[in-house]
Amino acid sequence: MKKILVVAEHRKGEIRPVTFEMLNLSSSIPGETTCVILGKDIGGMAEEISKKADRVIMVQHDSLENFNSELYWVALEEIIKEENPDIIALGHTAMGMELAPFISERIDAPLATDIVKIEEVNGKIHVHKYVFSNKILAELELRDSDTYVITIRQGEFKEEIDDKNGEIEERSFTPPGSISKRFIEYVEPEEVGVDISKADIIVSVGRGIEDEGNIELAEELAEALNGVVAGSRPVIDSGWLPKERQVGISGKTVKPKLYLALGISGAFQHIVGMKDSELIIAINRDPEAPIFQVAHYGVVGDIFDVVPELIERLKKG
Amino acid sequence: MNIIVCVKETPLAESEVIISKDEKSVDRDALTLGINEWDKYALEEAIRIKEEHGGSVTVIYAGQSEDVLWESLAMGADEAVRIDTETSFDGRSTARVLADVIKNRDHDLILTGLMSSDTGNAQVGVLIASILGIPYATIVTDVRVENGKVVVERELEGGTGERLELEMPCLLTIQSGINEPRYVSIMGIKRAKRKEIEVLSADKLDEYASLVRLYRPPVSLAEMIEGSPSDVAEKLVEIFKERGLI
Ligand SMILES: Cc1cc2nc3c(=O)[nH]c(=O)nc-3n(C[C@H](O)[C@H](O)[C@H](O)COP(=O)(O)OP(=O)(O)OC[C@H]3O[C@@H](n4cnc5c(N)ncnc54)[C@H](O)[C@@H]3O)c2cc1C
Ligand SMILES: Nc1ncnc2c1ncn2[C@@H]1O[C@H](COP(=O)(O)O)[C@@H](O)[C@H]1O
Repeated sequence: MKKILVVAEHRKGEIRPVTFEMLNLSSSIPGETTCVILGKDIGGMAEEISKKADRVIMVQHDSLENFNSELYWVALEEIIKEENPDIIALGHTAMGMELAPFISERIDAPLATDIVKIEEVNGKIHVHKYVFSNKILAELELRDSDTYVITIRQGEFKEEIDDKNGEIEERSFTPPGSISKRFIEYVEPEEVGVDISKADIIVSVGRGIEDEGNIELAEELAEALNGVVAGSRPVIDSGWLPKERQVGISGKTVKPKLYLALGISGAFQHIVGMKDSELIIAINRDPEAPIFQVAHYGVVGDIFDVVPELIERLKKG
Repeated sequence: MNIIVCVKETPLAESEVIISKDEKSVDRDALTLGINEWDKYALEEAIRIKEEHGGSVTVIYAGQSEDVLWESLAMGADEAVRIDTETSFDGRSTARVLADVIKNRDHDLILTGLMSSDTGNAQVGVLIASILGIPYATIVTDVRVENGKVVVERELEGGTGERLELEMPCLLTIQSGINEPRYVSIMGIKRAKRKEIEVLSADKLDEYASLVRLYRPPVSLAEMIEGSPSDVAEKLVEIFKERGLI
């Protein structure tokens, strides 16, 4: 039995779903899960988590209201020392990316991030993760250690465990006298223009569209289909489409009747935002593009050959 | 303001990835290599900060090739250092090699990319900061330097962000889209080759995570539509009609 210490993730009063996925880790690595939740006014969330954890450790303090890796570490250091867990798990999220490597360095533990699978092989911990732009997977063996630090990819540890009813223990917290990193405020996106999350048909373009001038081609297709144009992050980063048109983890989540992916490779951060679309069709000239793993129909081809033909045919009716 | 930027050579997303027979490496000749996407944004940001506040930009790469360093010099870095070693998927040993070099150099600010596209780790930046014991922030989409402090915006999920203030020296891992990296011409790279690259050696370190094998994901589920562009268009229209989409 391994001791798994899960660091709960929540923002603005809501538990983030990745927390429950981490609690499912005990179905991959038989073990006892202790979930640590840090924050302010978190009693309700701790209750909810306790249904799926063997134990919950709750630390409440005004200074912990918003995530801050420096303060989180001060609170976690003692808990980690006392608990001496085999595995410390965080999400591969804005929170986990900021905190997990720091913990691993402080306690000198092997670190594996963005993992999609974990297993014990001949007494060693093995993890699996996507590498080379999500095209292939790597299996890594972690060096023997008292503790391992991992971050998990969202949506990969869905196999639910039975309900538990863990005890909630409360610990105290004294913030340090001075800190070198301070939270100022949240920055919310401006809601302007088209809301792509409401569209039934989305023509989505990726870096394969090559140039701002070619967006017109996608617009023409969207018009013929009575849909809207959206894009992957590089298209938005380049300023070819406004930010509110971005699909993915740091953009919008969409579930249209048709999602047409043109020149999009299919990075996990993109897939998260569109995988529940009713019909996904991908056109990509790379037969290995990971987008074909989630698409219902795939076309290996050049968008500049296929799309004009498609527009013409649609116009003919 | 002395700024250090860690840059790395990685394959483009489109590169064909061929796994070797022993399942331990990929065929390098099949890859199209360049500056890691996130590192290009980090370098551009460093150059802009230097242009505003003065100082210098030093790029550091732990690896075998010098191309990304020439390109960085052409973009506007002042100095380039190559650590002659091979790095792996183990971010902890990579970070140690880089931190060993960085700690002996003047730095007010260290920038890295958020992640490298080959490891997909998003580890090395935070690890360097942890080794050096300096504050840091990840997934940074805006940087302002004011009165010896740095105010940054970090990207969270779903379009939300947060603003943080950090003491200097600090380390930031830069997210794509923070700026528009300047274009470098072949001539620019040629001119940059008149500069020198400092080459340092590094001891081989024990790994915390070692590669067992590389393998392909389960076969694709998509039904593939084949034929000429016009055949494909015809079949797609049929599918749209069947589903009542048009
Ligand atoms: C914290 C974080 C958050 C992120 N958030 C998001 C997000 O919200 N949304 C998002 O999309 N990404 C996000 N990303 C980025 C993500 O990791 C990928 O880099 C991005 O999705 C890749 O976009 P792409 O597929 O358009 O480009 P690429 O990966 O470069 O792929 C381009 C594709 O186009 C194909 N292609 C090129 N030319 C043609 C042609 N003529 N015809 C047909 N096909 C062609 C290529 O074969 C390739 O597959 C995030 C990354 C991080 C680290
Ligand atoms: N070998 C290397 N040389 C220089 N910088 C590196 C190296 N490996 C990683 N980095 C930096 O660390 C960032 C994160 O890398 P990773 O942890 O591999 O995802 C990259 O964007 C680079 O800025």
